[in-house]
Amino acid sequence: MLKLANPTRFMEYSGPLLRWLSVGAAVLFAVGLYMVFVTSPEDYQQGQTVKIMYIHVPAAWLAMMGYSMIAISSIGSLVWRHPLADVSAKAAAPIGAAFTALALITGSLWGKPMWGTYWQWDARMTSVLVLLFLYLGLIAIWNAIEEQSRAGRAAAILGLVGFVNVPIIKFSVDWWNTLHQGSSVMRLDGPTIHPDLLWPLLVMAVAFTLLFLALHLAAMRNEILRRRVESLRMNEVASAASGAAEVAE
Amino acid sequence: MSSFLSLVARDLKLALREGGAIGTALGFYLVVVAMLPLGLGPDLNLLSRIAPGVLWVAMLLSALLSVDRIFHNDHEDGTLEQLALGEMPLELVAAAKSLAHWITTGIPLALVAPLLGLMLNMEASAYLPLVLTMLIGTPAVSFVGAIGAALTLGLRRGGLLVSLLVLPLYVPALIFGISAVSAATVAGPMSFRTPLLILAAISIVSVVLAPLAAAAALRNQLE
Repeated sequence: MLKLANPTRFMEYSGPLLRWLSVGAAVLFAVGLYMVFVTSPEDYQQGQTVKIMYIHVPAAWLAMMGYSMIAISSIGSLVWRHPLADVSAKAAAPIGAAFTALALITGSLWGKPMWGTYWQWDARMTSVLVLLFLYLGLIAIWNAIEEQSRAGRAAAILGLVGFVNVPIIKFSVDWWNTLHQGSSVMRLDGPTIHPDLLWPLLVMAVAFTLLFLALHLAAMRNEILRRRVESLRMNEVASAASGAAEVAE
Repeated sequence: MSSFLSLVARDLKLALREGGAIGTALGFYLVVVAMLPLGLGPDLNLLSRIAPGVLWVAMLLSALLSVDRIFHNDHEDGTLEQLALGEMPLELVAAAKSLAHWITTGIPLALVAPLLGLMLNMEASAYLPLVLTMLIGTPAVSFVGAIGAALTLGLRRGGLLVSLLVLPLYVPALIFGISAVSAATVAGPMSFRTPLLILAAISIVSVVLAPLAAAAALRNQLE
């Protein structure tokens, strides 16, 4: 792990890894979507609309995983002040926000035929909406502070404050209103969802996770390259300025 | 301890003599609450039902208006750097300034709320619980707000950014404040005590932990 923490090493190893992740995601998506649209049965109550679940549930999982990724990276950048942790947190924010928005949008499309309304102020939807706001705040602070290392530490503090708050927000919103069904996969007494629906869901969840990791890795690589280009430009400007000064003399 | 108290006293004196901050927050509170019936219609039954919620939300917005000023002036004239160099830990500085913000904003807003409740035809039984929940909940507002203020210190659009960063963090305080008020007014299965105690817990945890985060943010900005 520590060996990979060097940005140059990271660029070396992440390239092939990114390729494998992308291939894995593509294969699993092909298998998963085939299972979803061809082999998996319709729900006896929900009919075809149950297929929205295969996008909605993995997106919601990744919305939370994205924030956990940011929290872990934030600890890395606050404790070890490691630039790669900054890069990881910065890269994860827009991706996590996109998956959160995807979960909300698919959820609202699913809610219309099931609950008869696009939006319900129910506990889970509300807490995911608040999570989206937390993501937007992180993106905003990355954009607002120009100096990257300073922005990184500010975003890390905010990320950790948000991470401490997420369970409290979740608890308070649950208290406030509950309509959304309880958890049906991650339960101590085993999943209550039928295996014919569970298998495609799990394949899709793994496919989405690989997609997330691939996007995250690609975004991290882009960010590192962007920073290198930036510092090269700075050097160029500096050398041009010193050259001009010599000519003037 | 004495330097902590003198910093609080200094901030209170500044707020009193400048006068602007307290007046602006109260004026904004009044205007927001006065605009709502204009938008919703003058139906007193409806207004009486939503009055506690409206007052709480308007209170949060008014408090937010002044939150980004917690460190702003001291940062501009260099006082904050002197404080950071001084013997008192930056955590205590952040706590003192948050406390001063609570005294100059949270308490006045909570005390003026019954007056605005009158305009919204709030039920008589809601007055005491409303003021009580606001007094208990506003420390969380000031102390958590200080984190946002410290993070956006010296940024051009800081004020707007603070709202985006901090409002989601106010969700728990708002929810438990309102459930306590409605438990006190509407006869139901829920007791008034439970949400009130949770609200108090949220405030206490914010008072203890928020200065740590705010001080870390300040160090980052002052470096």
